Amino acid sequence: MGVKLLLDKANVPGIRTYDVYRREGGYRAVEKALKEMSTEAIVEEVKKSGLRGRGGAGFPTGMKWSFIAKPEGVPRHLVCNADESEPGTFKDRYLMEFLPHLLIEGLIISSYALGSNDTYIYIRGEYAWIPDILEEAINEAKANGFLGKNILGTGFDCNINVQRGGGAYICGEETALIESLEGKRGNPRIKPPFPAIQGLWMRPTVVNNVETLAAIVPIINIGGDEYAKIGVGKSTGTKLISACGNINKPGVYEIDMTISVEEFIYSDEYCGGIKGGKRLKACIPGGSSVPILPANLLLKTAKGETRYMNYESLSDGGFATGSMLGSGGFIVLDEDQCIVKNTLTLARFYRHESCGQCSPCREGTGWMEKILQKIESGKGEISDIDLLWDIQRKIEGNTICPLGDAASWPVAAAIRHFRDEFEWHVNNPELSQTSNFGLQHYADPIHVPA
Amino acid sequence: MATIFNDTQMTEFKRLVARYPEGKQKSALLPALHLAQESFGGWLSTEALDYVASLLSIEPIEVYEVATFYSMYNLKPVGKFVFEVCQTGPCMISGSDNIIEYIKKTLDIKPGETTKDGLFTLKLVECLGACGYAPMMQVGKIYKEHLTKEKVDSIIAAYRAEAASN
Repeated sequence: MGVKLLLDKANVPGIRTYDVYRREGGYRAVEKALKEMSTEAIVEEVKKSGLRGRGGAGFPTGMKWSFIAKPEGVPRHLVCNADESEPGTFKDRYLMEFLPHLLIEGLIISSYALGSNDTYIYIRGEYAWIPDILEEAINEAKANGFLGKNILGTGFDCNINVQRGGGAYICGEETALIESLEGKRGNPRIKPPFPAIQGLWMRPTVVNNVETLAAIVPIINIGGDEYAKIGVGKSTGTKLISACGNINKPGVYEIDMTISVEEFIYSDEYCGGIKGGKRLKACIPGGSSVPILPANLLLKTAKGETRYMNYESLSDGGFATGSMLGSGGFIVLDEDQCIVKNTLTLARFYRHESCGQCSPCREGTGWMEKILQKIESGKGEISDIDLLWDIQRKIEGNTICPLGDAASWPVAAAIRHFRDEFEWHVNNPELSQTSNFGLQHYADPIHVPA
Repeated sequence: MATIFNDTQMTEFKRLVARYPEGKQKSALLPALHLAQESFGGWLSTEALDYVASLLSIEPIEVYEVATFYSMYNLKPVGKFVFEVCQTGPCMISGSDNIIEYIKKTLDIKPGETTKDGLFTLKLVECLGACGYAPMMQVGKIYKEHLTKEKVDSIIAAYRAEAASN
């Protein structure tokens, strides 16, 4: 049983309400931070914790906070990125639905540290029932003096507002999110200027993920140094993993980043093994954008070492033989799954979600979907696989925002590790419509614990 | 249906605008469009878009470009209940194809179409963040998860009963 800092109270009945949350020790971190700590000391504590952005990019949070500009007389804003839309990822939804006060508490402390009197939660529009839960928590916090004017007599004022998005994956990108919050299309901005200098309404702004902001609470409670002792290397603290696909126990798990991928998949404490006793074929370990890995490279690195569920280990080997922890959206594919079909659905997703600003992404994502559709339906040629490779290379790195990369990587990794399956589709146009390539040489050896 | 907010809706609209600083009322556009869609029969006519523009004191084009960008705004009439079925990777590997086929067959409509009785619209959508509870669909504000054919049957029956009782 690993350390739990975020979900430790998730099963306490009524934890969604202020009274129970408070009784269980909630809002102590706000009291400590606002009464006993300077804003600089809070930023310092977050730096010491080694906390990295939990939305997917993994950028050090304390450093991001220290970049915020503080021009005289200009309001600053904290924006909570709750636009969780990366396929495979549903951890922030869990936090907001079941532990809303944990997020609100993290937001109050972070708003104080950054000097944000008006803080916004931008939540994906489809999570339509969650704003009510968050607003209820905000009202309770306000009624108990933790939000509003002169919080705890410190002179600090803070309001938190919730805004629903309109259905657009791109708004998870922080500058697109800011545009959307301003009532515009979610077109990412060219950086610089970075949001820390000119963000929401051209004011200094920090955008942080839900889980990142929730993690501020335990960091203040136990201290940055203690938080940094949990985990390994630069993967400090705990991480929420949303596990899905062909496993026995899909769901949201909190891990301390020291467990192996094998344990995470097969242990009853987590995924509980592959559904129906089938064999593991592949996995996308950090949300749909990160490279898919065949089972053998997932469980062990190319050097034959055990792979662990943390930033460094999952990316060991670079994109040639590794992947990324990303958002923690852990998608497991069993032996019956078709890699071409899976890649097609992801390519379709990115084509649908491209904002259309940059030609390589707008056009390239459409081409990739069409070519994959052609191969999947048994009408492909071998040269299509090379064309696909060529297109993804020309999108990557050539766009304003990382959506281009996010669209390229899944296609690149699928071809890199499963080229034989693509070729099989081309060479067996009829058979591929009625049966699957299944598990072939690349997936061995797979060690399944007894 | 009149494209004008009633008192309750107008109160909610004012609450949305009040979240933003003076002069930044355009920020309320996305929430205002959600409110308009809910208030005006599940979709946004040009009249409705123009109405929202006038309420926010912005140009109609500023509303059009937003309404056409985001996937949740319906720009043509939809059925009373819109089945938005997720088809992205994690749902696909968990059997969403079968669910989509079953809904198509049961309701006798293709994606994008509405049943003749005006009750159901089928939409295929991309990842809704319910990957661990797949296959799934969104109906209004609600997620219907762990879908099976039997569950789809009972959902359709429940909505038919709801419509009949109104």
